[in-house]
Amino acid sequence: MTLLLVILIPLLGAMLPPLMMRWGRGASAGSAILVTLAALGAWGSMVPAALRGEGATFKLPWIPALGLNLSLTLDGLALLFSGLILGIGLLVVLYAKDYLYKSDPMGRFFAYLLLFMGAMLGVVLSANLLLTVVFWELTSITSFLLIGFWGHRADARRGARMALTITGLGGLCFLGGALLLGHLAGTFEIAELTSLRDSTLSHGWYVPALVLILLGAFTKSAQFPFQFWLPQAMAAPTPVSSYLHSATMVKAGVFLIARLHPALGGSEVWFYLVGGVGLATLLVGAFLANLAYDLKGLLAYSTVSHLGLIVALLGIGTQYAVVAAIFHILNHALFKASLFMSAGIVDHQAGTRDLRSLGGLWRLLPFTAPLALIAAAAMAGLPPLNGFLSKELFLEQTLELPFAAGPWWLVPALATLGALLSMGYAVRFGVNTFLGPQPKTFPKPPIEPPWGMRIPVALLVAGCVAIGLLPDLLGAPIVELAAAASSYLEVEGVHFALWHGFTPALLMSGIAIVGGVGLWYLQRWFVPVFDQSIPLPSGERLFRATIAGLVDLSRSAKRAFHPGKLQTAIAWMILSVVLLVGSALLVKLPRWTPSPADIDPSLLGGVALLLLAIGAALYFHRRRAVSLAILGAVGLLLSMGFVYLSAPDLALTQLSVEVSTIVLMLLALHLLPAQSVKERVGLHHLRDGVLALGAAVVVGTLTWLLLIDPPTSATSAYYLAQSKPGGGGTNVVNVILVDFRGFDTFGEVIVLGIAALGVYAMLFGMGLPTRWTRPETPDESAYPLMLGVVARVLLPLALVVGIYLFLRGHNEPGGGFVAGLVFSAAIILQYLASGIGWTQHKMNIPFHPLIALGIFVAGLTGVIAIAFGQPFLRSWFEYYHVPILGEIELASAMAFDLGVTLTVVGGLLMVLVNLSKLPRSTSVRPLTLAEEED
Amino acid sequence: MIPIALTIGFSAVMVSMFMALFRLIRGPRLVDRILALDTLSINAIALLMLVGIYLRSDMFFEAALLIAMLGFVGTVSLSKHAVGRSVIE
Repeated sequence: MTLLLVILIPLLGAMLPPLMMRWGRGASAGSAILVTLAALGAWGSMVPAALRGEGATFKLPWIPALGLNLSLTLDGLALLFSGLILGIGLLVVLYAKDYLYKSDPMGRFFAYLLLFMGAMLGVVLSANLLLTVVFWELTSITSFLLIGFWGHRADARRGARMALTITGLGGLCFLGGALLLGHLAGTFEIAELTSLRDSTLSHGWYVPALVLILLGAFTKSAQFPFQFWLPQAMAAPTPVSSYLHSATMVKAGVFLIARLHPALGGSEVWFYLVGGVGLATLLVGAFLANLAYDLKGLLAYSTVSHLGLIVALLGIGTQYAVVAAIFHILNHALFKASLFMSAGIVDHQAGTRDLRSLGGLWRLLPFTAPLALIAAAAMAGLPPLNGFLSKELFLEQTLELPFAAGPWWLVPALATLGALLSMGYAVRFGVNTFLGPQPKTFPKPPIEPPWGMRIPVALLVAGCVAIGLLPDLLGAPIVELAAAASSYLEVEGVHFALWHGFTPALLMSGIAIVGGVGLWYLQRWFVPVFDQSIPLPSGERLFRATIAGLVDLSRSAKRAFHPGKLQTAIAWMILSVVLLVGSALLVKLPRWTPSPADIDPSLLGGVALLLLAIGAALYFHRRRAVSLAILGAVGLLLSMGFVYLSAPDLALTQLSVEVSTIVLMLLALHLLPAQSVKERVGLHHLRDGVLALGAAVVVGTLTWLLLIDPPTSATSAYYLAQSKPGGGGTNVVNVILVDFRGFDTFGEVIVLGIAALGVYAMLFGMGLPTRWTRPETPDESAYPLMLGVVARVLLPLALVVGIYLFLRGHNEPGGGFVAGLVFSAAIILQYLASGIGWTQHKMNIPFHPLIALGIFVAGLTGVIAIAFGQPFLRSWFEYYHVPILGEIELASAMAFDLGVTLTVVGGLLMVLVNLSKLPRSTSVRPLTLAEEED
Repeated sequence: MIPIALTIGFSAVMVSMFMALFRLIRGPRLVDRILALDTLSINAIALLMLVGIYLRSDMFFEAALLIAMLGFVGTVSLSKHAVGRSVIE
């Protein structure tokens, strides 16, 4: 439980600093310090047990079906890392308090920092691989927020985006690898994965899983070839750099490699891949650090190089190599964090980070300079500091490789070269900044910073010295424990000593130190060469070019499918339907031989009528009013067709929709020319024709196949059987709409409402008049008297018919939708006969509330079902015996139907009435033929 | 008796629909076409009634009712359009 608290305290405590800002920056920083101390306290209470080897564990099932459990453990490796995270975290909070400028939002900064701390703790304490992935992604996101903290700077934004992209992609690979590994091993618990090592290594999926997981680790730890994002991330404030990019976040990748070494390590693939990448990174990073002018850039490349060293050691994988790796993790964190902080002090006090503008600062920063120089010496690996110890161990391990890697001297030589380059840039850092001649002016006159910035550096450097002088006492216990957790081999009896005698490793160290100083002398000649003439392959440029290329590719893809013309988009849709459905049909087409008896003679007349009407509509397609009249006839004949096929509901719906459709089309046609433009026949017409023909064939075949389907198919049999007992109605179509598929209908009703509102929104800015008056010259043809009288008489009759259709819909043809259409038609008739002004004066129906009310009522019916413990939209029905009427049935589906009716009426009327106001709008006038040709 | 009557009735209605369709396609002016459409609607009512008698069911009565009640709205709208006015004003 305490383990969980250690993670939760920073995560939840992140809320405190922004809230405390109202009492000032000091209170905010104080709350951040308190939260970190609390987490440290919780952690500290578990340390003694962990050091004895009985680390606390915690397990809570989270999603057992996926194998994801909230499993935490505090073994040696977790202890080391969590100690680093919390300890250095505390120092960074102290440092940041004085570092942040007055204009920086401190509360937000500490919130992000604490969130990151919690996420990082989650990564190292997790004992479940999937849980690690979750926290891994969380660290990527929080680091994105921290790198881009100075959001007004373009380089900060760019660096944050690049870091997120690369670590995000790596996280995706890590997830894939974790899933593969969990699947092949059968579990995601890391302890169990460790015991299954042998079977894992011999599995066919071992290599893909390993490669994917390593990709995740390499991207996070900026290993070659992904090292370019780390220098870009140096745009972050220095506390962030010293915490994330030296001590914790970039170490997450290394942590993962160490954590999974017992589960995945020991194979040849591991050795060559991990070792090779590590060694390459060591050299590349060290080389580039020698060329850097930016203090933080130099340190960034140095971090990359040192991480490469650790990774290479883990790749070698022997007991002492793992010990050396763990020891270097500890040492590197200590000296690198302090180096970043000193660089931050220089930047903060002198105003610049450029080596060409710095020098001789030891006189002006008498407290910071010696500390920085000691830390730089540790980075270079000079005795008697901790860096020397771990570098010696590294060089020693390269002499005994478990697998063949070229001639025996190759890897040690490369390692020595790496150490040489390290010495070179360490000298560059220390000497060029603090020693040597002072430049004429600094951007700011450098003085020592506040104590809050100096104490953390002092503490960390003291740690470097202490471990260097007393490694066995201070370093060995924790390193032994952590290394034991990182290796599948037995690790015990770890001893460190400054003096081992005249070993080959000592010789290599000596060569490195001397050579490094020499390199420093040569720097003034070869560094400018790389600056001006030899362009190095820049990972950053490649990254940006790739992203730009991807954006261009997606833009041109979009242009191909969606150039803004409706015809192109529809053509693509129809083509896809033809290809997909057509290919499926070709597979399933049954054999059918037509026989004369199959064709009903009475059908021939109707089909002939229909085809004639459609042909006429096509023939007259350019004369809009004429084709509309013919289409009215087509609709009527289609309804007859529905009647022939025994579909009375469909016939009713089609007939009532016809009315509204004709009115809608005519409202639009009033503003368009009577004839459409005569197009010149071109090649694209041939393409369109073929496409249309193909679609017709496919859809026709599909319809025909559905029609010859025997009526006793399973689905229809189910609906027919269940309609009365399950739904309480004998009209199967209606019961399907409001009961079986009620959720569908609910969605469609909402879509109808949205469509109506969309039309309203489109018309909203077109200057429709709000008050409506009769036309200036009312004449007989505007509001014919006969029509008015008939309309008035018809209104109550139509409303009664509508109510009748509504009420009987459940058991007989009818239903809410048809009723709504009938109501709308009756009301539209009033508008038609007497005009908008008169009708709205007499009957001011609010359309928006009506639509909303309809959807609300439909939804309420569903929600009430939940109140009774049933699923959403489960309908209820009951039969009641009423004295005169006999037995009647009440069903909740009727309320749902009511909602549908209200929405239909509201939506349809809104569209039609607003469209009819368009001719009087101030900004729209009818289109002439000449304008339409454009 | 009834089947013979029904056959004659169906044929008559069919012929009438063909003639109305002829006028719909042929009619020189929009007015002729509007009248043809109206006639077609009335014929549809007759057809539905005959179908109901043939099937001995009253299932399609409401469909005929709807055509009768609302069919003329389409005719009126098209007429207003033919005159040159907006349908609803």
